[in-house]
Amino acid sequence: MGYSLDFGWLNGAMGAIAHGAAMTLLLIACTTVLGILISVLLAAARRSRYDLLSKAVATYVEVIRNTPFLVQLFFIFFGLPSIGIRLDPVIAAILAMTLNMAAYTTEIVGAGLDAVPKGQSEAALALGLKQRQVFIKIILPQALKVIFPALTSQVVIMMLESAVVSQIAVRELAHEADLLQARTFRSFETYLVVTMIYLGLSMAIRRFLVAGGRRVLGAGVS
Amino acid sequence: MIEFTFWDILRNLVFATRWTLLLSIVAFAGGAAVGLLILFARISKRPWLRRFGAGYIALFQGTPLLMQLFLMFFGLPMLGFRIEPWTAAALGLTFYASAYLAEIWRGGVEALPRGQWDAGASLGLHYLQELRLVILPQAFAITRPPVVGFLVQLIKSTALTSIIGFEELLRTANAINNATFEPFTVYGLVAVIFFVLCYPLTQYARMLERRTPAH
Repeated sequence: MGYSLDFGWLNGAMGAIAHGAAMTLLLIACTTVLGILISVLLAAARRSRYDLLSKAVATYVEVIRNTPFLVQLFFIFFGLPSIGIRLDPVIAAILAMTLNMAAYTTEIVGAGLDAVPKGQSEAALALGLKQRQVFIKIILPQALKVIFPALTSQVVIMMLESAVVSQIAVRELAHEADLLQARTFRSFETYLVVTMIYLGLSMAIRRFLVAGGRRVLGAGVS
Repeated sequence: MIEFTFWDILRNLVFATRWTLLLSIVAFAGGAAVGLLILFARISKRPWLRRFGAGYIALFQGTPLLMQLFLMFFGLPMLGFRIEPWTAAALGLTFYASAYLAEIWRGGVEALPRGQWDAGASLGLHYLQELRLVILPQAFAITRPPVVGFLVQLIKSTALTSIIGFEELLRTANAINNATFEPFTVYGLVAVIFFVLCYPLTQYARMLERRTPAH
């Protein structure tokens, strides 16, 4: 008892916190773009005629979904060098986040593809469009509209999980918090402030994505 | 460097898994108890209680679990409590789980037709009886698949408590790795153990989902 909160150290720490937040946003931006692109390919592969390909994708999804992200990160950053693959921490973080994100979004995108009525592709094929055109111009936009809320949530979840990449010394928001508390001896206040910044980031990302989704995919996106 | 055979590594990891399991069980039980209270707040007739419930859920779902654990671990000693990593881990995961469980169950309560409440009221039940006898049993039944799904997430989340010093599977793995320099094997085995714990639950959740009629 008798502890009094002190936020005086914040004055000199804003730069470091802003830098960390920018790094967190950069990580999640790369991960979102790469993860969703890969998952569209994987979801299509999962539904392909090639049984082996389909099974390989299914296995990848199950392995990622049933193991902790932190273990995946350690396996990539500490484990891969022993078979000769040495990665920069930031690259390892983006790789781990992308692999993790892609597994979850493969399921989401797949559910969206299944939700588009079969008549849509039959109609498009009847109009003379090629298979690839049908997928990109007809099926995918409709599927994305259905799954947009789920994708948005997944991006926010991944952004929050990215805090653990501080453990391989990527200088994102959580890592800046670690450094600050070691310097100021104000661990509780530091983590309190940084936690609130994460809360602000997750609300901002959600709003940003919903607004962007409405613009690109049309009204009705929530 | 200590000589560890593959079997030594595996035996130590499997042995450490009991702490992962125990923490998962404690956090799930604690999370269910606290989550029930948050659910009551979330669906209460009093607006300020509803707002409190919504704020609690938004706070825990909108911030990283790692930060929540750090706040628990560094915050409680400031209030004069000496705290062991085990206590911080169990409390942190309990609050985290309670927010998710409350939100899942709220979805179940809101999925029930309005008529269920009206029928309860017309039988002369008061609010708590209605909840206990009519609403909650149905809400729990239809939300079983997402609850089992969340249990998988919770088991995976226990890995984060290694960072605040709780000696579970991943922390044991880190120690073994420091002694053997075989990260590929060690972290590979940790992934396998987590997979063995989680995959059956994932399959069970899927089976429940197929069985639960759409509503």
